[in-house]
Amino acid sequence: MRVLGLSGSLRRASHNSKLLRAAGDTLPPGASLEIYDGLRFIPPYDEDQEHLAPDTVLALREAIRESDAVLFATPEYNASIPGHLKNALDWMSRPLKISPLRGKPVAVVGASTSLFGAVWAQAELRKVLGAIGARVVDAELPVPDADEAFDGDALAEPELEAALGDIAGRLVAEAAEHIATAA
Amino acid sequence: MTTLATQLPTGLWQVDPVHSTAGFAVKHMVVSTFRGRFEDFDARLESVDGGDVRLTGRVRADSIVVKDENLAAHLTAPDFFDTQRYPEILFESTSVSRDGDALIVEGDLTIKGQTRRVRGEGAIVDAHEDPYGNQRIGLSLETAVDRTEFGLNWNAPLPRGGVALANDVKLQLELELVQA
Repeated sequence: MRVLGLSGSLRRASHNSKLLRAAGDTLPPGASLEIYDGLRFIPPYDEDQEHLAPDTVLALREAIRESDAVLFATPEYNASIPGHLKNALDWMSRPLKISPLRGKPVAVVGASTSLFGAVWAQAELRKVLGAIGARVVDAELPVPDADEAFDGDALAEPELEAALGDIAGRLVAEAAEHIATAA
Repeated sequence: MTTLATQLPTGLWQVDPVHSTAGFAVKHMVVSTFRGRFEDFDARLESVDGGDVRLTGRVRADSIVVKDENLAAHLTAPDFFDTQRYPEILFESTSVSRDGDALIVEGDLTIKGQTRRVRGEGAIVDAHEDPYGNQRIGLSLETAVDRTEFGLNWNAPLPRGGVALANDVKLQLELELVQA
């Protein structure tokens, strides 16, 4: 089973990219996580360009289409989702009927250096994904104080690490059911 | 055909889908009633053992029709009907009765895998012969359900209070049935 990881943070030492890698290590046998690193190249959504979507948009569509599930890790910018992530999702949503996210099992986690762990951005992101038609796992994982939240590649707090594994497991279970339903 | 106004039709009656409607109505943005319908559905009324009559229905949930294709796509998504996993809406009556022209139907309604007992009220129009010699009857039925009991939970808060979509939804059937 292929889980695609999308980080809402582009910087090299991103806490959210690290959170995705930590989630990948919790996946059950038979499932693997591949982190997509092309979000930075996606231009602003433009309806005039919808039928001539740039290669960077086509590549993301294809990556989502070929995955069995998508795990998002988002920081919180001004109480909401980072603009480039929302922009990428706007591209993915058009046309809505054939969006690669339609019916796709997805889950959202998030880390921030604040006390709140990007909890608002996670809620916003789940709302956006639901509107696009994704099958959104009804769970959140706010990782606060992200500067100190990791011990190596894993979350330092055992409870957070367990919660991350739980969400990753629920996502994989949704994907397995989705595959079984579609068969 | 002669039918007493207290008797339910006997035999098998099947829906004429072109001249029947399966619709819904729900309060939108607090102020108005939003309506939609399903294009693909089946219904039948038939006599069963013991002299009772049973009404059954089957709706393809992804045949929902609204005036905006993006809204239609959202309505078939997991936020609402999740038609990929739950392609059909089902109904099977547990009792059908009439009092004059008034019709009362109780039964089990299944939406998104959740089954709830509902009671619909409406009217029946007794058999009338069409130009081709077929007998036709008409059934009008309406019931109200709480969509959240079926797992259709999506909503959005409004800036000045309230939510975008009411939980109570009216289900409205106008069925033209042809004797088999």
